Amino acid sequence: MSEQPDPSAYWRANLRLMAILLSIWFVCSYVLGIFLVEPLNEARVGGFPLGFWFAHQGSIYVFVVLILVYAAVMDRLDRRYGVG
Amino acid sequence: MNVQAWTYLIVTATFALYIGIAWWSRVRTTSGFYVAGRGVPAVANGMATGADWMSAASFISMAGLISFMGYTGTIYLMGWTGGYVLLALLLAPYLRKYGKFTTSEFVGDRYYSDAARLVAAGCTIFVSFTYIAGQMRGVGVVFSRFLEVEVHWGVIIGVVIVFFYAVLGGMRGITYTQVAQYCVLIVAFLIPAAAISWKITGNPIPQFGFGGTVQDGQQAGVFLLEALDALHRELRLPEYTAAFVPGKKSMIDVTAIALALMVGTAGLPHVLVRFYTVRSARAARWSALWALVFIGLLYTTAPAVAAFARVNLISTLHNTSYSEVPEWFRSWETTGLISFDDQNGDGVIDMSDGANELTVDQDIMVLANPEIAELPAWVVALVAAGGLAAALSTAAGLLLVIASAISHDIGKSILWKDMSSRRELLLARVTASVAVIVAAYFGISPPGFVAQVVAFAFGLAASSFFPVLVLGIFTRSTTKEGAIAGMSSGILFTGAYIVYFRLIRPEATAEDWLFGISPEGIGAVGMLINFSLALIVSRFTKPPPEEVQQLVSEIRLPRERAADG
Repeated sequence: MSEQPDPSAYWRANLRLMAILLSIWFVCSYVLGIFLVEPLNEARVGGFPLGFWFAHQGSIYVFVVLILVYAAVMDRLDRRYGVG
Repeated sequence: MNVQAWTYLIVTATFALYIGIAWWSRVRTTSGFYVAGRGVPAVANGMATGADWMSAASFISMAGLISFMGYTGTIYLMGWTGGYVLLALLLAPYLRKYGKFTTSEFVGDRYYSDAARLVAAGCTIFVSFTYIAGQMRGVGVVFSRFLEVEVHWGVIIGVVIVFFYAVLGGMRGITYTQVAQYCVLIVAFLIPAAAISWKITGNPIPQFGFGGTVQDGQQAGVFLLEALDALHRELRLPEYTAAFVPGKKSMIDVTAIALALMVGTAGLPHVLVRFYTVRSARAARWSALWALVFIGLLYTTAPAVAAFARVNLISTLHNTSYSEVPEWFRSWETTGLISFDDQNGDGVIDMSDGANELTVDQDIMVLANPEIAELPAWVVALVAAGGLAAALSTAAGLLLVIASAISHDIGKSILWKDMSSRRELLLARVTASVAVIVAAYFGISPPGFVAQVVAFAFGLAASSFFPVLVLGIFTRSTTKEGAIAGMSSGILFTGAYIVYFRLIRPEATAEDWLFGISPEGIGAVGMLINFSLALIVSRFTKPPPEEVQQLVSEIRLPRERAADG
């Protein structure tokens, strides 16, 4: 049984989720892949300098995971707030 | 069978497949023509978006570009994937919920103004035409290199194919041919990538081989990227993995370009419209995920290919006597993509900075890969078919948004409001036909300025569409005056900056640029101007009418009302 629709609570929950995911998006691409790339390159993971790995590989994996989490959590929010 | 026979066979087979699909999925309604009847499953739309998005440049040129840029290649890798996060979170589900046919239509309704809709349709046409010329050119180039036909005949063959399925099948035809084209292009990209990864690092998965060790030669046992850095030091070039050293782009420029490409991706009309074709707002979210998964497969492989190709290029050619170069060098030398100019007359190739005697075109890094990895002839043919698939699929998607912008946004809604659906469908087909001919002309004899601005379609999209779309969904108070001021100032600023530094003062250096931001990245600044002006002007103009605020509340909820259903 679906609960009473509550559009404004749904929208707030959506904005909160977006804020979290977009912060991770910013950190993994701009902060780790660009701003801090030089210090991070001092560290190595396998054959990769860490900053370089974020710039050429890691950020893309993170982007995929972010959209996955978004789509899955939004499905749950749609049901919880009865708007889906 | 030789390479050319294989190429004819595979290219003809794939073309027959595309035409067959187009015939099977031909349409008779405007909804079918513009948005494939909104019945495309999320996974299929993800693949179609992948092919729509990945152009001739992604397939043929990107790995080679990265190979010469090293770290800085991240502007393409992050820039052309990060935008999907913005698209999924900020735009796709809401535009789908709004429904209807075009992005400009949303702009017109949300900003209660035909003028706003016209500006948006104008930006769509401009951005898409600059982009499509490059695709047609790509088709011609692939034909001429692999099948030895003249570039203009290559373009004409490509145009006939696109004409057939875009005009006949509309969005439905384009969608299902794009699904097939995605499969062709990804297989064609991954097979040579796996082979070269295996040859150089002993690991067939390029993403792992990238972080693995070199298998043979002097550098055996050394990590690939360390070997690459060492080779660059030997040539007195900046290290491959080094970020902001002299000779590479500055941090602010890398940031601005990555941002402009990301935001531009999220604002490109031919990508946005793909999300109108799925069943619901929920399907739009999942479809954005699939799109990035399918795109990411190529985009995480490309930087690995770039590194392998670079190691291979330097270690086999530097300090090698010209009489001992490998066979692929000879076969590509005739195309002019690689050439040796023996300046010191010693017969040995020198690649070091300052004394370089080797000229290499970036495209060779992908095109010659199968031969470098000693793969059979049919793989070479598959790469040709992949390049064509990438170019044709993007061209078709662009043609459709041009046709929709003209027939629907300008024709139906402004010029002839009482036009019947049948007339509108006819107009859409006629417009698509005219657009395809103009695109062919641009492909055969690209006017200088088109070639110059084609890479800047992103900056223009970033500075025009993205801000007004986001504000239209996430604020109720942005007014039509705000949106029109934002869009036109954003695109004018960006366009003027690009024209100034590309055409009027192409010799300018980083010191002349605004904040050190190159024309490629200026769209990021244009976007900020657009956002700021839209917000400021909205504060001083009459707030949007009640029904528009209602529309905004409505698109925020994924559930379809019974009436739309």
